Amino acid sequence: MAFFLTLPLILLIALFVLYPAFYSMHLATLNKSMQKFVGLSNFTFLFKRDTFWMVVRQSCIFALTAVFFKALMGFIVAHFVHNLPAKGQRKWRGMLLVPWVIPPAMSTLAWLWLFDPSYSAFNYTLSFFGVGPIPWLGDTFWARFSVILVNVWYGAPFFMIMYLAALKSVPDQLYEAAAIDGANWWQKIWHITLPMMRNIIAITTLFSLIVTFANFDIVRILTSGGPLDSTHLFATWAFQVGIQSSDIPLGACVSLFMVPILAVAAIFILRDVNKRGNEA
Amino acid sequence: MSTLAIDKGGPTRKVKYRSMSRDRTWALRWSYFFLVLFAIFSLVPPIYMLITSLKSSAEISAATNPWWVFHPTLANYVELLTSNQFLRFFWNSAVVSIVVVCVTMLISIPAAFALARMKFWGSTTLATGVFLTYLVPDSLLFIPLFKMLAAVQDITGITLLNRWYVLLFIYPTLTVPFCTWIMIGYFASIPKELDEAALIDGASWLQTLTRIFIPVALPGLIAATIFAFTVSWAQFLYPLVFTTSIDQLVLPVGITTTLIKGDVFNWGQIMTGALLGAAPPLIIYAFLMDYYIAGLTAGATKG
Repeated sequence: MAFFLTLPLILLIALFVLYPAFYSMHLATLNKSMQKFVGLSNFTFLFKRDTFWMVVRQSCIFALTAVFFKALMGFIVAHFVHNLPAKGQRKWRGMLLVPWVIPPAMSTLAWLWLFDPSYSAFNYTLSFFGVGPIPWLGDTFWARFSVILVNVWYGAPFFMIMYLAALKSVPDQLYEAAAIDGANWWQKIWHITLPMMRNIIAITTLFSLIVTFANFDIVRILTSGGPLDSTHLFATWAFQVGIQSSDIPLGACVSLFMVPILAVAAIFILRDVNKRGNEA
Repeated sequence: MSTLAIDKGGPTRKVKYRSMSRDRTWALRWSYFFLVLFAIFSLVPPIYMLITSLKSSAEISAATNPWWVFHPTLANYVELLTSNQFLRFFWNSAVVSIVVVCVTMLISIPAAFALARMKFWGSTTLATGVFLTYLVPDSLLFIPLFKMLAAVQDITGITLLNRWYVLLFIYPTLTVPFCTWIMIGYFASIPKELDEAALIDGASWLQTLTRIFIPVALPGLIAATIFAFTVSWAQFLYPLVFTTSIDQLVLPVGITTTLIKGDVFNWGQIMTGALLGAAPPLIIYAFLMDYYIAGLTAGATKG
């Protein structure tokens, strides 16, 4: 009976998640026309390409920087919202969560237009402060900066909401006790807030690390990997190699490189979530 | 002596109290100041979408102040909402999202019910597996799925690639694990006495599910529905890979591929399309914010 109820779920996962995952490993060992088994030569081919190493580096820089700033911004904003009188919190929370609600493909189009080389509204505004036109998407450094900026804009609200929920669960008595002992605001954060939120910070950060590392939409729409492949992530490069250049085995191979990092993050999340479940 | 001490104690306490409240006011002012900055940062792109969508192409290319509309016009909206192509994208997106929501609920509610209430062989492993599946990103599976669909198409002769209905099978992989996971949490929090009482009264499992579990866990159900809808509506990678013909595209892919043509960027229309595409999730969010947030925060907790 119970098995029957879960059967659709099991079938779905087996057919469309597990099977493709293993099929991907099989595909990665074929040649471009997918008729011959070539062992690991796709992997060794990638190791010899500079673009591959650039993608590896850029994916790591992108994910780590973006997650760090998302976490930091989320933490700061959550604190400010938490400071407000309870009545006004709802309104601010509602406004600050808007970036997370808009489908990323749609909001990235707005950013693309804000970054437009000749009509950029940012450059228009900056020109009043005497700051020259910035090549937001045309220059390697600025393009890398821009994709991270858009990702932080999109993802910070998620951290904000999670931290806000966590902040509300910290008992007020702890802060009162600390205030009596003469703790300043920094000591309160360091000795009370952070330890109390440790678990939720860990889960949110690891979760965001997975999503950010596997990001596709933002980079694809904003730069398509350019200029000179310098903003490609694993996902966008796999798309370009596997679908656009129709070298499916090589594309599968590229996307498989995400697995180790995702697996490590997933194991830690699972540990923390189970721990949280046992605490409750 | 003792009265003197109390007299002395009075003012010091009063002064201290006043300074604390002054600190509090300043903290509040700083909070508002930074929150305004963060709110501007958050709202600039959507507001700029709206501003641009109200401009004519002539005004955009004249490069006047980008933050102001001098000659507001609804021409972009009229043009898109009367274009069969755009309505087709909207229709495809709506059909796909709504069907996916139904499929997701049909799969995840019974599964969550079984996993929350019936202990059977491998049930904990399955629950963990569901959570792990939720962590598998779309960008890991799109290449093997593409090849799988092509292979099935070759063997059976059924056209799967470049058809919108194939998304109905693929999207649930993104929505079902999360929905099942949060529904397990909501179901597990229902007191056991409730369904035991129902069983004693002679209710079948199906009746317990529909008469007790679904009504009691309705907030969770709404949160899961919102999640499933927004995920299907926003999904970009799978339709980009699996569909190419204009009449098969869903909204996000349709806007990015058809409105951006070569070097000619019709930004007024692109922004209008993007805003219309963002409207359904935004409207749902505006009315059901609390459920939306409940679903968001439930994902990281067990139950």
